[in-house]
Amino acid sequence: MAITLFHYIALSAIIFTLGIVGIFLNRRNVIVILMCVELILLSVNLNLVTFSTSMSDMTGQVFSMFILTVAAAEAAIGLAIVVVYFRNRGSINIEKIDAMKG
Amino acid sequence: MIYTFGFYLFSSILLASSIMVVFARNPVHSVLFLILAFFNTAGLFVLLGAEFLGMILVIVYVGAVAVLFLFVVMMLNIHMAELKYKLKEHLPIGLMVGIVLFIELIMAFIGWSVADGRAELASPTPAGIENSVALGQLIYTKYFMLFQLSGLVLLVAMIGSIVLTLNHRKGIKKQNIADQVARSRDEAVKLVDVPIGKGV
Repeated sequence: MAITLFHYIALSAIIFTLGIVGIFLNRRNVIVILMCVELILLSVNLNLVTFSTSMSDMTGQVFSMFILTVAAAEAAIGLAIVVVYFRNRGSINIEKIDAMKG
Repeated sequence: MIYTFGFYLFSSILLASSIMVVFARNPVHSVLFLILAFFNTAGLFVLLGAEFLGMILVIVYVGAVAVLFLFVVMMLNIHMAELKYKLKEHLPIGLMVGIVLFIELIMAFIGWSVADGRAELASPTPAGIENSVALGQLIYTKYFMLFQLSGLVLLVAMIGSIVLTLNHRKGIKKQNIADQVARSRDEAVKLVDVPIGKGV
Protein backbone atom coordinates (compact mmCIF):
# COMPACT_ATOMS: atom_id res chain seq x y z
CA MET A 1 0.00 0.00 0.00
CA ALA A 2 1.44 3.30 -1.06
CA ILE A 3 1.93 6.05 1.45
CA THR A 4 -0.58 8.81 0.79
CA LEU A 5 -1.46 12.21 2.18
CA PHE A 6 -3.73 10.62 4.76
CA HIS A 7 -0.92 8.73 6.46
CA TYR A 8 0.96 11.93 7.11
CA ILE A 9 -2.15 13.82 8.25
CA ALA A 10 -3.05 11.05 10.69
CA LEU A 11 0.50 11.06 12.05
CA SER A 12 0.53 14.80 12.60
CA ALA A 13 -2.94 14.70 14.19
CA ILE A 14 -1.72 12.09 16.68
CA ILE A 15 1.37 14.14 17.54
CA PHE A 16 -0.74 17.29 17.94
CA THR A 17 -3.08 15.48 20.34
CA LEU A 18 -0.10 14.11 22.27
CA GLY A 19 1.26 17.63 22.70
CA ILE A 20 -2.07 18.92 24.02
CA VAL A 21 -2.42 15.95 26.40
CA GLY A 22 1.12 16.59 27.60
CA ILE A 23 0.26 20.18 28.50
CA PHE A 24 -2.69 18.95 30.56
CA LEU A 25 -0.75 16.14 32.23
CA ASN A 26 2.42 17.99 33.22
CA ARG A 27 0.82 20.68 35.30
CA ARG A 28 3.95 21.10 37.42
CA ASN A 29 6.98 21.62 35.20
CA VAL A 30 7.11 24.65 32.90
CA ILE A 31 9.96 23.24 30.83
CA VAL A 32 8.02 20.11 29.90
CA ILE A 33 5.07 22.31 28.91
CA LEU A 34 7.38 24.30 26.61
CA MET A 35 8.58 21.02 25.11
CA CYS A 36 4.96 20.01 24.46
CA VAL A 37 4.43 23.34 22.66
CA GLU A 38 7.44 22.46 20.49
CA LEU A 39 5.82 19.10 19.70
CA ILE A 40 2.60 20.85 18.64
CA LEU A 41 4.51 23.23 16.36
CA LEU A 42 6.39 20.26 14.92
CA SER A 43 3.13 18.53 13.98
CA VAL A 44 1.87 21.74 12.35
CA ASN A 45 5.09 21.92 10.34
CA LEU A 46 4.65 18.32 9.23
CA ASN A 47 1.11 19.10 8.11
CA LEU A 48 2.22 22.15 6.10
CA VAL A 49 5.03 20.27 4.38
CA THR A 50 2.71 17.36 3.58
CA PHE A 51 0.20 19.62 1.89
CA SER A 52 2.99 21.43 0.10
CA THR A 53 4.11 18.11 -1.37
CA SER A 54 0.60 17.02 -2.19
CA MET A 55 -0.34 20.25 -3.95
CA SER A 56 3.07 20.67 -5.61
CA ASP A 57 3.20 24.16 -4.15
CA MET A 58 6.27 25.51 -2.39
CA THR A 59 4.33 28.06 -0.31
CA GLY A 60 3.69 25.54 2.45
CA GLN A 61 7.42 25.05 2.92
CA VAL A 62 7.99 28.81 3.09
CA PHE A 63 5.44 29.15 5.87
CA SER A 64 6.83 26.08 7.60
CA MET A 65 10.15 27.92 7.71
CA PHE A 66 8.48 30.95 9.28
CA ILE A 67 6.90 28.72 11.91
CA LEU A 68 10.36 27.32 12.60
CA THR A 69 11.71 30.82 13.27
CA VAL A 70 8.81 31.72 15.53
CA ALA A 71 9.23 28.45 17.42
CA ALA A 72 12.91 29.14 18.00
CA ALA A 73 12.17 32.68 19.21
CA GLU A 74 9.41 31.40 21.47
CA ALA A 75 11.66 28.77 23.01
CA ALA A 76 14.40 31.33 23.69
CA ILE A 77 12.05 33.85 25.32
CA GLY A 78 10.17 31.17 27.27
CA LEU A 79 13.33 29.66 28.68
CA ALA A 80 14.66 33.12 29.57
CA ILE A 81 11.47 33.79 31.51
CA VAL A 82 11.84 30.40 33.26
CA VAL A 83 15.42 31.23 34.25
CA VAL A 84 14.43 34.66 35.63
CA TYR A 85 11.50 33.13 37.50
CA PHE A 86 13.69 30.43 39.00
CA ARG A 87 16.23 33.05 40.07
CA ASN A 88 13.56 35.06 41.87
CA ARG A 89 11.50 32.29 43.46
CA GLY A 90 13.80 29.26 43.62
CA SER A 91 11.24 26.97 42.01
CA ILE A 92 9.45 26.53 38.70
CA ASN A 93 6.41 24.80 40.07
CA ILE A 94 3.43 26.10 38.14
CA GLU A 95 1.04 25.54 41.00
CA LYS A 96 2.95 28.14 42.99
CA ILE A 97 2.62 30.80 40.31
CA ASP A 98 -0.55 32.25 41.76
CA ALA A 99 0.45 35.75 42.87
CA MET A 100 -2.15 37.32 40.61
CA LYS A 101 -4.92 34.94 41.70
CA GLY A 102 -6.27 34.83 38.16
CA MET B 1 8.91 -0.10 -1.26
CA ILE B 2 11.83 1.57 0.46
CA TYR B 3 9.66 4.68 0.75
CA THR B 4 6.97 2.75 2.63
CA PHE B 5 9.57 1.19 4.88
CA GLY B 6 11.12 4.60 5.59
CA PHE B 7 7.78 6.16 6.39
CA TYR B 8 6.80 3.45 8.86
CA LEU B 9 10.25 3.45 10.46
CA PHE B 10 10.41 7.22 10.95
CA SER B 11 6.79 7.62 11.98
CA SER B 12 6.85 4.81 14.54
CA ILE B 13 10.00 6.16 16.18
CA LEU B 14 8.51 9.66 16.07
CA LEU B 15 5.32 8.48 17.78
CA ALA B 16 7.17 6.50 20.43
CA SER B 17 9.56 9.33 21.22
CA SER B 18 6.81 11.94 21.44
CA ILE B 19 4.93 9.68 23.86
CA MET B 20 8.12 9.48 25.89
CA VAL B 21 8.49 13.29 25.83
CA VAL B 22 5.13 13.57 27.53
CA PHE B 23 5.43 10.69 29.96
CA ALA B 24 9.11 10.63 30.91
CA ARG B 25 9.67 11.27 34.60
CA ASN B 26 12.97 13.04 34.19
CA PRO B 27 12.99 16.29 32.15
CA VAL B 28 16.47 15.46 30.81
CA HIS B 29 15.08 12.27 29.28
CA SER B 30 12.20 14.33 27.86
CA VAL B 31 14.65 16.63 26.10
CA LEU B 32 16.62 13.70 24.69
CA PHE B 33 13.44 12.09 23.34
CA LEU B 34 12.47 15.47 21.86
CA ILE B 35 15.78 15.47 19.97
CA LEU B 36 15.00 11.96 18.66
CA ALA B 37 11.55 13.18 17.55
CA PHE B 38 13.14 16.10 15.68
CA PHE B 39 15.56 13.79 13.88
CA ASN B 40 12.76 11.51 12.74
CA THR B 41 10.66 14.44 11.55
CA ALA B 42 13.66 15.58 9.52
CA GLY B 43 13.69 12.11 7.97
CA LEU B 44 10.00 12.43 7.10
CA PHE B 45 10.66 15.85 5.54
CA VAL B 46 13.36 14.32 3.35
CA LEU B 47 10.89 11.60 2.32
CA LEU B 48 8.38 14.31 1.43
CA GLY B 49 10.90 16.01 -0.83
CA ALA B 50 11.61 18.97 1.44
CA GLU B 51 15.33 18.34 1.94
CA PHE B 52 16.20 21.92 2.82
CA LEU B 53 13.59 22.10 5.58
CA GLY B 54 14.75 18.76 6.93
CA MET B 55 18.30 20.01 7.25
CA ILE B 56 17.08 23.32 8.75
CA LEU B 57 15.07 21.29 11.25
CA VAL B 58 18.17 19.40 12.33
CA ILE B 59 20.26 22.57 12.56
CA VAL B 60 17.72 24.87 14.23
CA TYR B 61 15.78 22.46 16.41
CA VAL B 62 18.41 19.92 17.38
CA GLY B 63 21.36 22.28 17.26
CA ALA B 64 19.81 25.30 18.95
CA VAL B 65 16.42 24.79 20.56
CA ALA B 66 16.93 21.33 22.06
CA VAL B 67 20.41 22.22 23.31
CA LEU B 68 18.93 25.36 24.89
CA PHE B 69 16.34 23.19 26.64
CA LEU B 70 19.02 20.79 27.81
CA PHE B 71 21.12 23.69 29.07
CA VAL B 72 18.26 25.18 31.07
CA VAL B 73 17.12 21.83 32.48
CA MET B 74 20.62 21.00 33.66
CA MET B 75 21.50 24.52 34.84
CA LEU B 76 18.48 25.05 37.06
CA ASN B 77 18.87 23.12 40.26
CA ILE B 78 15.32 21.83 40.27
CA HIS B 79 13.99 19.65 43.02
CA MET B 80 12.65 16.76 41.01
CA ALA B 81 10.51 15.32 43.76
CA GLU B 82 8.51 18.51 44.00
CA LEU B 83 7.91 18.66 40.27
CA LYS B 84 6.89 15.04 39.75
CA TYR B 85 3.39 15.29 38.50
CA LYS B 86 0.69 13.27 40.12
CA LEU B 87 -0.47 11.15 37.23
CA LYS B 88 -3.68 10.05 38.93
CA GLU B 89 -4.70 13.63 39.60
CA HIS B 90 -4.32 14.94 36.07
CA LEU B 91 -4.84 11.81 33.97
CA PRO B 92 -8.68 11.96 33.75
CA ILE B 93 -8.86 15.55 32.49
CA GLY B 94 -5.86 15.05 30.23
CA LEU B 95 -7.31 11.93 28.67
CA MET B 96 -10.70 13.59 28.32
CA VAL B 97 -9.30 16.62 26.51
CA GLY B 98 -7.12 14.39 24.35
CA ILE B 99 -9.97 12.09 23.36
CA VAL B 100 -12.33 14.98 22.61
CA LEU B 101 -9.71 16.73 20.49
CA PHE B 102 -8.81 13.54 18.65
CA ILE B 103 -12.47 12.78 17.91
CA GLU B 104 -12.85 16.30 16.57
CA LEU B 105 -9.85 15.82 14.32
CA ILE B 106 -11.20 12.46 13.09
CA MET B 107 -14.58 14.03 12.34
CA ALA B 108 -12.91 16.79 10.34
CA PHE B 109 -10.89 14.07 8.62
CA ILE B 110 -13.97 12.04 7.65
CA GLY B 111 -16.00 14.93 6.31
CA TRP B 112 -13.27 15.89 3.92
CA SER B 113 -12.85 14.54 0.44
CA VAL B 114 -9.98 14.75 -1.96
CA ALA B 115 -10.16 14.72 -5.73
CA ASP B 116 -8.98 11.54 -7.41
CA GLY B 117 -5.24 11.27 -7.61
CA ARG B 118 -4.71 14.21 -5.31
CA ALA B 119 -3.99 12.02 -2.30
CA GLU B 120 -0.85 10.67 -3.90
CA LEU B 121 2.21 12.58 -2.93
CA ALA B 122 3.87 14.37 -5.81
CA SER B 123 7.06 16.37 -5.71
CA PRO B 124 6.82 19.80 -4.11
CA THR B 125 9.46 21.37 -6.29
CA PRO B 126 8.92 22.33 -9.93
CA ALA B 127 10.62 19.99 -12.38
CA GLY B 128 14.24 20.63 -13.15
CA ILE B 129 15.34 22.57 -10.06
CA GLU B 130 16.35 21.49 -6.61
CA ASN B 131 14.37 22.04 -3.46
CA SER B 132 16.62 24.66 -1.91
CA VAL B 133 16.78 26.58 -5.21
CA ALA B 134 12.99 26.61 -5.48
CA LEU B 135 12.66 27.74 -1.86
CA GLY B 136 15.20 30.50 -2.37
CA GLN B 137 13.43 31.69 -5.48
CA LEU B 138 10.29 32.14 -3.40
CA ILE B 139 11.62 33.64 -0.18
CA TYR B 140 13.86 36.17 -1.89
CA THR B 141 11.18 37.40 -4.27
CA LYS B 142 7.57 36.92 -3.30
CA TYR B 143 8.02 36.53 0.44
CA PHE B 144 10.97 38.88 0.82
CA MET B 145 9.34 41.21 3.36
CA LEU B 146 8.09 38.28 5.45
CA PHE B 147 11.56 36.76 5.37
CA GLN B 148 13.11 40.00 6.64
CA LEU B 149 10.40 40.23 9.25
CA SER B 150 11.18 36.74 10.54
CA GLY B 151 14.79 37.85 10.93
CA LEU B 152 13.51 40.79 12.95
CA VAL B 153 11.52 38.39 15.14
CA LEU B 154 14.72 36.49 15.87
CA LEU B 155 16.57 39.73 16.67
CA VAL B 156 13.85 40.83 19.08
CA ALA B 157 13.88 37.40 20.72
CA MET B 158 17.65 37.56 21.12
CA ILE B 159 17.63 41.05 22.64
CA GLY B 160 14.64 40.15 24.82
CA SER B 161 16.23 37.06 26.29
CA ILE B 162 19.51 38.88 26.92
CA VAL B 163 17.68 41.74 28.68
CA LEU B 164 15.62 39.28 30.72
CA THR B 165 18.49 37.15 31.98
CA LEU B 166 21.13 39.86 32.45
CA ASN B 167 21.47 40.74 36.11
CA HIS B 168 23.59 43.43 37.70
CA ARG B 169 24.50 42.39 41.21
CA LYS B 170 25.35 45.09 43.71
CA GLY B 171 28.54 45.06 45.77
CA ILE B 172 30.76 43.26 43.30
CA LYS B 173 34.06 44.82 42.27
CA LYS B 174 34.22 44.87 38.51
CA GLN B 175 36.47 46.42 35.95
CA ASN B 176 34.92 49.52 34.34
CA ILE B 177 36.57 49.74 30.98
CA ALA B 178 35.00 53.10 30.03
CA ASP B 179 36.37 54.72 33.18
CA GLN B 180 39.81 53.25 32.52
CA VAL B 181 39.90 54.50 28.96
CA ALA B 182 38.65 57.95 29.93
CA ARG B 183 41.46 58.57 32.44
CA SER B 184 43.78 61.41 31.60
CA ARG B 185 47.50 61.57 32.29
CA ASP B 186 47.09 64.22 34.98
CA GLU B 187 45.01 62.12 37.33
CA ALA B 188 47.03 59.00 36.76
CA VAL B 189 50.67 60.05 37.37
CA LYS B 190 52.24 62.87 39.36
CA LEU B 191 55.73 64.13 38.67
CA VAL B 192 57.67 64.85 41.82
CA ASP B 193 60.99 66.60 42.04
CA VAL B 194 62.89 64.79 44.74
CA PRO B 195 65.80 66.68 46.25
CA ILE B 196 68.95 64.64 46.64
CA GLY B 197 69.42 63.14 50.07
CA LYS B 198 65.95 63.98 51.39
CA GLY B 199 63.49 61.47 50.01
CA VAL B 200 59.93 62.21 49.13
